[in-house]
Amino acid sequence: MARNKFGVHPYIPNSVPEVQKEMLRDIGVKGIEELHATIPERLRFKGKMNLPEPLLSEFELKKHVEAVLSRNVSCREYLSFLGGGCWQHHVPAVCDEINQRSEFLTAYAGEPFEDHGRFQALFEYESLMGELLDMDVVNVPTYDGAQAAATSIRMASRITGRDHVLVSDTLSPDKLLVIRNYCRSDLKIELVRHCIRTGRVDLMDLKRKISGRTAGVYFENPSYLGFVDDQGEKISDLIHQAGGISIAGVDPVSLGVIAPPSQYGADIVCGDIQPLGIHMHFGGGHGGFIATRDEERFVREYPSRLFGIEETSVEGEYGFGDVLYERTSFANRDKSKEFVGTAAALWGITAGVYLALMGPKGMQEIGKTIMQKSQYAAGRLCEIRGLSLVFPEAVFFKEFVVDFNKTGKSVKSINAALLREKIFGGVDLSRQFPEMGQAALFCITEIHTKEDMDRLAESLRKILGRRRKARIAKKGR
Amino acid sequence: MGMDMRTKVRRFHQAKWDEPVIFELSNKGERGILVPRAEKGIEEAVGDVISKLPRRLRRKTPPNLPELSQMQVLKHYLRLSQENLGADFNVDIGQGTCTMKYSPKVNEHFVRSPKVSALHPLQDESTVQGILELMYKTDLFMREISGMDQFTFQPASGSQATLAMASLVKAYHASRGESEERDEIITTVFSHPSDAAAPAVLGYKVITVYHDESALPDLQALKKAVSKRTAALFATNPEDTGIFNPRIDEITKIVHQQGGLCAYDQANANGILGLTRAREAGFDMCFFNLHKTFSSPHGCGGPGCGAMGVTGELSEFLPVPVVCFDGKKYFFDYDVPLSIGKVRSFYGVVPAVLRAYAWIMSLGSEGLKEVARVAVLNNNYLLKKVKEIRGASAPYAEGRHRIEQVRYSWEAMTRETGVTTEDVTCRMADFGFHMWSSHHPFIVPQPFTLEPTESYARAELDEYLAGLRKVSEEAYTNPETVKTAPHRSVTHRPGHGNLDHPDKWAVTWRAYLKKCEKNFRKRIV
Repeated sequence: MARNKFGVHPYIPNSVPEVQKEMLRDIGVKGIEELHATIPERLRFKGKMNLPEPLLSEFELKKHVEAVLSRNVSCREYLSFLGGGCWQHHVPAVCDEINQRSEFLTAYAGEPFEDHGRFQALFEYESLMGELLDMDVVNVPTYDGAQAAATSIRMASRITGRDHVLVSDTLSPDKLLVIRNYCRSDLKIELVRHCIRTGRVDLMDLKRKISGRTAGVYFENPSYLGFVDDQGEKISDLIHQAGGISIAGVDPVSLGVIAPPSQYGADIVCGDIQPLGIHMHFGGGHGGFIATRDEERFVREYPSRLFGIEETSVEGEYGFGDVLYERTSFANRDKSKEFVGTAAALWGITAGVYLALMGPKGMQEIGKTIMQKSQYAAGRLCEIRGLSLVFPEAVFFKEFVVDFNKTGKSVKSINAALLREKIFGGVDLSRQFPEMGQAALFCITEIHTKEDMDRLAESLRKILGRRRKARIAKKGR
Repeated sequence: MGMDMRTKVRRFHQAKWDEPVIFELSNKGERGILVPRAEKGIEEAVGDVISKLPRRLRRKTPPNLPELSQMQVLKHYLRLSQENLGADFNVDIGQGTCTMKYSPKVNEHFVRSPKVSALHPLQDESTVQGILELMYKTDLFMREISGMDQFTFQPASGSQATLAMASLVKAYHASRGESEERDEIITTVFSHPSDAAAPAVLGYKVITVYHDESALPDLQALKKAVSKRTAALFATNPEDTGIFNPRIDEITKIVHQQGGLCAYDQANANGILGLTRAREAGFDMCFFNLHKTFSSPHGCGGPGCGAMGVTGELSEFLPVPVVCFDGKKYFFDYDVPLSIGKVRSFYGVVPAVLRAYAWIMSLGSEGLKEVARVAVLNNNYLLKKVKEIRGASAPYAEGRHRIEQVRYSWEAMTRETGVTTEDVTCRMADFGFHMWSSHHPFIVPQPFTLEPTESYARAELDEYLAGLRKVSEEAYTNPETVKTAPHRSVTHRPGHGNLDHPDKWAVTWRAYLKKCEKNFRKRIV
């Protein structure tokens, strides 16, 4: 038997040489190499993988990884006003407690009876989201809000048999990249202009672009740029008149105070669950939802798993299972609706826990708190000379766009100065929306205190004042 | 009294709480958590604000969410968690193809640190040098393991990585003006369903090659399928049967000769780490599921990561951004000339990347090979013993060793006793085990697929085998016990046709209540 050069490793019980020897004897071979004999010599990797020497003890590993991670500065250390698709909200301790449970964390694809907990928790997630969205069908989460939008668009296309889709041009450019890639082969994605003062969809432009080929319109409320659009009903009417589908993206944490899109005509509602009790994780905390009415033509077009409540062979016992499993790629490979697989189930369970904790009151209160705080912050920033809102007539939820053009400074340099004050300024939009010039998207949530927002305003005043002072000094000379 | 160490069969019973659906636990007025309110100064400055919302945008009635106190929410979900088997509890070798291995706890400590969990993806790069370094180095590690030249961690699963590969194939042929005529993707029937389904989303016609009597893709059929219309081959090796295809390089060569690309689904690479690579087999791209081979936990079905690697020739098509290092600092590079764009928000599931990094660092090059060696040892040990169980067989490749998994069959048992794979699955749950069948279609009759990975001790494999043996014995002596199982799981067999009928299916509690009210179905409790 070839010697095991590696030694015994705590993650590999059968790395013990004596055990290996006995197992090999049971199999009837002399060495493990024989078991790999089906791999021909010419396909063998002869070199050595150039990997660092292993850190075999847990202590050394911990020391190393923590040392590298210590070079990060988190949003708990600095004051952050970043949003733009990933948002810092408070994560209730119970959310973390549940999603770190071994039973949920390390489970995968057990049967409905032995993994009853997973099925029920995800059915409850669907149900809680259903109440928030005022819709009867919600999927087991897909990857993120961008995927949810892309799939909603494809669903609309399949339902109508049409290939043209209109998308509001205030969408996140990254989300648009995901949608374009996902629809690259067969759908034509066209942008609809927005109104310059409010950010809202330009209805004239929408009207002009809707045709008999249009499968649907996708718009967001609140939008990527923070404002809300009160024309949902009109948008939905316009697309319905043309036989298309109204698709709305929504921030679920706004729905305690803002009406869900189902109440103003949207047929498919989608978005991201990260705000619902999930940490930011450097962008790793996303999950996408898709909701519709309980109509067969919609349900049949979901690619996702849909867990439904079912009886079992025992009277009075709850069971759960897949609704219309035949839709999925698990059942029908390339003849399925798109594809399904591992996505974001653990975050779905977590978002369910969040909504159960919050209840109707919690969702109302958080919505109100966020709106009050964000309007306050915007007001404070607009007091600073040279600053104004890009959409002065818009009502916004938790994000708003600040116009820095009159300051003579770039957002990049302002953010660099804020960074020195231990503040992460707003998302720089100057490359994403060049027509706005120097503009930044600020995000305020329930975690920001009055003191935080005052500090931001003071820091900005200082940073922008510096320049003005310098200019005045120069002129004087 | 502990378990009988002689028979190794546990008198298991899973927790059963008979837990109501959370809406049934609601008590009006209770609160699970309180949220911060705007301070007085804010209220004074801006008012209640809600009245600023256009009337038609105001929510008129609060969402009908349940109302529970905090401990009651906790208790409800803890009970549900107890009604779930996880890899940390059972001998989780019954979910073949999914590489259920140990997810080290220390790695969970890393990802839960605010130094990771409280990072916003758009922070200034100078404040995320630690996490960027780990992402960059994991890319370097993956290059060594695969022989590819650059990786992206953006796809959030194997299926999304498959979609990313298909997107890349499309962009590659488009860049050569051949996108229109190259409209076919070839895959094999023992490859994952997503290898067929994801390319189909991009409009590809999918040709599925079946296997010959050795269970390997039929080379003649494959040759016939390849043409100037071939955009790419999407395949696994070993496939779900665990049989390594020794002619894989011949196949990639055939595809290349016709101008197609070769994409390697290495979601599960557990049995070949460090032994054979995508590069040597002639592939142009591949992906690894970090939640399979590289130990990130499965989380009931995500979040995961499909780390996708490509040869240098294809790196200009990668999704943006890629993580780079200029010798001093790490940074995101958005300047990828022919990029497919994006497949997921930001940079993918970064915690999974961190876990993979820590896992690789805990093993090193020899350790990874030991993982593959022991995965193969465990699998062939299991193969030897399963074949000795009455009614079980391992179709194909008689006498040959398998790599990391085997697709077995209960065909003989079904013929002899009427007990099916589904029945065995149900009965195995009574002993605390999960036994999965296989992906559709069921090419192997009455299939079950076991993959013991490197994480389970011989004693655990023996315990699982004892479970299989026990159920087989029952099938031959007392089949009713098996056919009416599970008896000691959380619940019993579901399935009364409610899930496929539009009037009856209920994906939410509210839909269920409506359908009960309309008498389309009856209340369960």
